Amino acid sequence: MRPTMVVFRRELAGYFTTPVAYVFICVFLLLSGVLTFYFGGFLERGQADLRPFFSFHPWLYLFLIPAISMRLWAEERRAGTIELLFTLPITMTQAVLGKFLAAWCFTGIALALTFPLWITVNILGEPDNGVILASYVGSLLMAGGYLAIGSCISSLTRNQVIAFVMSLFVSFGFLASGFPPVLDVFKSWAPAPLLEAVATMSFLTHFDAVSKGVIDARDLFFFASLIAFWLFANALALDLRKAD
Amino acid sequence: MSASIDIQHLVKRFGDFTAVDDVSFGVQSGEVLGFLGPNGAGKSTTMRMITGFIAPTGGKVAVCGHDIATDAIAAKRAIGYLPEGAPTYPDMTPAGLMRFVGQIRGFGGAELGRRVDAAGEKANLRSVLNQRIETLSKGYKRRLGLALAILHDPAVLIMDEPTDGLDPNQKHEVRELIQEMAADKVIVLSTHILEEVHAVCSRAIVIARGKIVADGTPSELEARSRYHNAVSLSVGAASASAAGGALAGLANVFEVEALESADGRARFRVFPRDGQSIVDDVGQLAREQQWEVAELHVEQGRLDEVFRDITARGEGGAA
Repeated sequence: MRPTMVVFRRELAGYFTTPVAYVFICVFLLLSGVLTFYFGGFLERGQADLRPFFSFHPWLYLFLIPAISMRLWAEERRAGTIELLFTLPITMTQAVLGKFLAAWCFTGIALALTFPLWITVNILGEPDNGVILASYVGSLLMAGGYLAIGSCISSLTRNQVIAFVMSLFVSFGFLASGFPPVLDVFKSWAPAPLLEAVATMSFLTHFDAVSKGVIDARDLFFFASLIAFWLFANALALDLRKAD
Repeated sequence: MSASIDIQHLVKRFGDFTAVDDVSFGVQSGEVLGFLGPNGAGKSTTMRMITGFIAPTGGKVAVCGHDIATDAIAAKRAIGYLPEGAPTYPDMTPAGLMRFVGQIRGFGGAELGRRVDAAGEKANLRSVLNQRIETLSKGYKRRLGLALAILHDPAVLIMDEPTDGLDPNQKHEVRELIQEMAADKVIVLSTHILEEVHAVCSRAIVIARGKIVADGTPSELEARSRYHNAVSLSVGAASASAAGGALAGLANVFEVEALESADGRARFRVFPRDGQSIVDDVGQLAREQQWEVAELHVEQGRLDEVFRDITARGEGGAA
């Protein structure tokens, strides 16, 4: 797995040699602060927890994660470096995993930098830090799900704008799959079991469960299998049409 | 196992379009193979199949005995590849990118540093090692691509237009580098520049519309030219009128072409029948007739003419 680590290190370092990392982290921290304090009523609620903070994550990620994932493969295609990469002795799995893990690790760094909020809530009251930790784990897993979707879609185009918009669209489908806008699309024709399956795909439902502090193996399994599925599709898509 | 490439019945179709159509050839250690052909003839597609970037529709490629389809990693370890346009990551530095490629190829520690230094040295990148690649000129980017290809001292070196975008001095350096490395490697390079074939290649394959249309040494290809063994001479104005007729009367002469003359002399190009050597006959005639000969030389043959001739065939001669 050594080439995976080599790709991982190059990609992660790549975020910090350009302004991408700093812009992303600043906007992520600012937005999550604004949402928590102004729209989440963090102070007014008078409760020592981070619910207002985490409840916005599915929506925040919906817009910010595609901005990270859009360049993963589309950029390689556009610059032609995909030819350099895949004529080196590296397998498809190693390359896809290396890039994905770097992007995920970068999101993790951004998420970890929200720690002042955790300190704040610990100064103001006595929160259940177990629940907060579970929420962080859930948020990171959900980010991985968004990233895997975005990485796969990025591998289908050389245009980053298309990758961004399509990732946002597909991610929204998963985010809202338990709710009328998505379910109505399936209601008219899909058999009941499929409808039920679609309803259980909702990021909101699974994340909500985790962020209440209930770490259910099924929720973890949901995100893990979602990531695995999209990365597999990613590798397949690259294998079939990497030279196009 | 000594270096080799073995290609059997390689076919690549994109939809209805056949880019590479039943191509077979082998290259052995010590050979420098020039891959010639018009744009879109299938040169790059063939190279991409040899290096495992795209999968063939049919046929087999073995690099140093490793099948690129079933044993891709081993084959790719043996190959150094400069893709068309020498793509590189613009945000990185040449040193950083060489280290990245070296690490993927399994080098680490002092060995990695030594390899990066050596490749940077060979490709003449010393002065830009720590600049961002996007700020470099086209020539530097091309040489960086070359450095990445030779970093692991590969048994098989494949280069898609290695001298494209280089100035004449840089072209010369790259050709010298190729010649230095040629002894114990298989080298395949594609080019549009026919003089390059002369300068570095021990063998040339001409490909047109996906098929091999010629395969031989550069001299063998030149021998196909109607200029091969033709004799150019210029004589004093006094003997000009007689000379044309006398030359055309020689037994092995096929045709005499009068060229535009300068400084009062008449110039002729004499084409032989079937590429025979006629220089002795022409020389003897000139002595007998006591022409005042100012210039006399034998032409080698013109690759560009041969190239145009064999690649335009089948297009109604329109190209």
